[in-house]
Amino acid sequence: MKDSDKILATLKHVSLALEKRQILQDISITLEAGKVLTIIGPNGAGKSTLLRILLGLQKPDAGEVTRKPGLRIGYVPQSISIESTLPLTVARFVALGGKGNVKEVLAELRIAHLAKSAIQSISGGEFQRVLLARAIMRKPDLLVLDEPAQGVDVMGQGELYDRISTLRQRYGFGVIMVSHDLHLVMEKTDQVICLNQHICCHGVPDDVSRHPEYKRLFGDMPDSGLAVYTHNHDHAHDLQGNVVHSKDCDHG
Amino acid sequence: MDEFIIRAMIAGSLVAAVAGLLGVFVVWRRMAFFGDTLSHSALLGVAIGMLLNIGFMVGVVASTLLVGIILFLFQRQQRVSNDALLGILAHSGLSLGLIALSFVQTQNVNVEEWLFGDVLSVTWDDVTWIALTLVLVVGVMAWLWRPLLTLTVDEELARVEGVNAGLVNLVFVGLVALLVATAMQVVGALLITALLIIPASAARSFAKTPEQMALFAAVIGVVSVFIGITASLLLDTPAGPSIVFSSAMLFFMSQITRVLKAA
Repeated sequence: MKDSDKILATLKHVSLALEKRQILQDISITLEAGKVLTIIGPNGAGKSTLLRILLGLQKPDAGEVTRKPGLRIGYVPQSISIESTLPLTVARFVALGGKGNVKEVLAELRIAHLAKSAIQSISGGEFQRVLLARAIMRKPDLLVLDEPAQGVDVMGQGELYDRISTLRQRYGFGVIMVSHDLHLVMEKTDQVICLNQHICCHGVPDDVSRHPEYKRLFGDMPDSGLAVYTHNHDHAHDLQGNVVHSKDCDHG
Repeated sequence: MDEFIIRAMIAGSLVAAVAGLLGVFVVWRRMAFFGDTLSHSALLGVAIGMLLNIGFMVGVVASTLLVGIILFLFQRQQRVSNDALLGILAHSGLSLGLIALSFVQTQNVNVEEWLFGDVLSVTWDDVTWIALTLVLVVGVMAWLWRPLLTLTVDEELARVEGVNAGLVNLVFVGLVALLVATAMQVVGALLITALLIIPASAARSFAKTPEQMALFAAVIGVVSVFIGITASLLLDTPAGPSIVFSSAMLFFMSQITRVLKAA
């Protein structure tokens, strides 16, 4: 495979302002097949907006978005609410995502027992898995996850990341994931980008099991699925979000 | 049985069945007010059709599509809220329709007929037109079903998965416009939305799948037409309102059944 074939999507110098408020400024990222990119940043940093631009749901003011022709995307949104007047089972909801074996994918994510439940009756954590099932069933080239670990505790978070890693190894899709947790990221992440309107810093995470703080809290767990990201900023943000240059990371 | 009753039953059943099919989506997508806007402004279409001598069906389809497109364009701005916009269009369409109809009074137009329908006076030609139009609606709906359902569940997810939201929405509005045109004679401009939302809401209590709900809504609609027209003949009540009231009774019965089942 040539290097250019591995590239699933790119954003080049993307900027967006809504109602005169700058949301994103000069963002460039490249997504590759089989690679995991985690985007972290504080609330209001523009993480979800960045995903929406990548997905083609929002047009940027400037910059260029390219997706590989015929790119199949599996999208796991942050949360969606489904009209209660619509009689819909979990299995049917997943089937609406496209062609594929619903039974198999539900079993794979260990939610086969929910197949006949009404989609409105399941819990938030279960719904996350159902959304993941629908995305996986599409046999995507790229999996896009918007805060998949939201409302899940640290153990659950590790378990979820572990499952995504396993699925990625099996199917070979690329992953882009947004997380509001500034320090704990998916262990198998190839790259971390810290976003606050612009790209503050980027790098690779440290293995969480080597991190003394984590060891103290949770003991020795080699397969936690988590990793710690150490920020390396050369600037800080004031209350208005403007860049203030400094030597150290302000939230490290 | 007199032939006019058979014609009324056929025309009414066809319209009510298709209204049930489209109505479930109107309920799921919370478009009841939208249905009102399209059907109220259809009165303007009737007037245009008569003034230009192109037949009321063509006029109604043209005016409802026009309103649909205006809505679609206006929804991109955020200075007027969506329900206010729907209300503005519904009532301006209704008013302009009544004004325009006053100009064609010379042709012996009975405004009440268009507001509340006159299903007992449909001709075989009308029945044929209604049937042909609705066959087209059902055919397109069969093709549209899956993308429309995907879009109804969640629009952004559907768009990412490749559903052309703009096209699907536009086609759906077109189908509702065609249904409104056929329903004008049956229940009239003011009561069309009732045929869309009441049978669909009644069907919710019994349905386990989206398809079941559409089928039950269609059946409940047809039953309402039979009860309504029969009552209208026996009690000499207006047919359109009798049909709508019958469906409302079926709705309340479905709610009682649901409460009893839960107890």
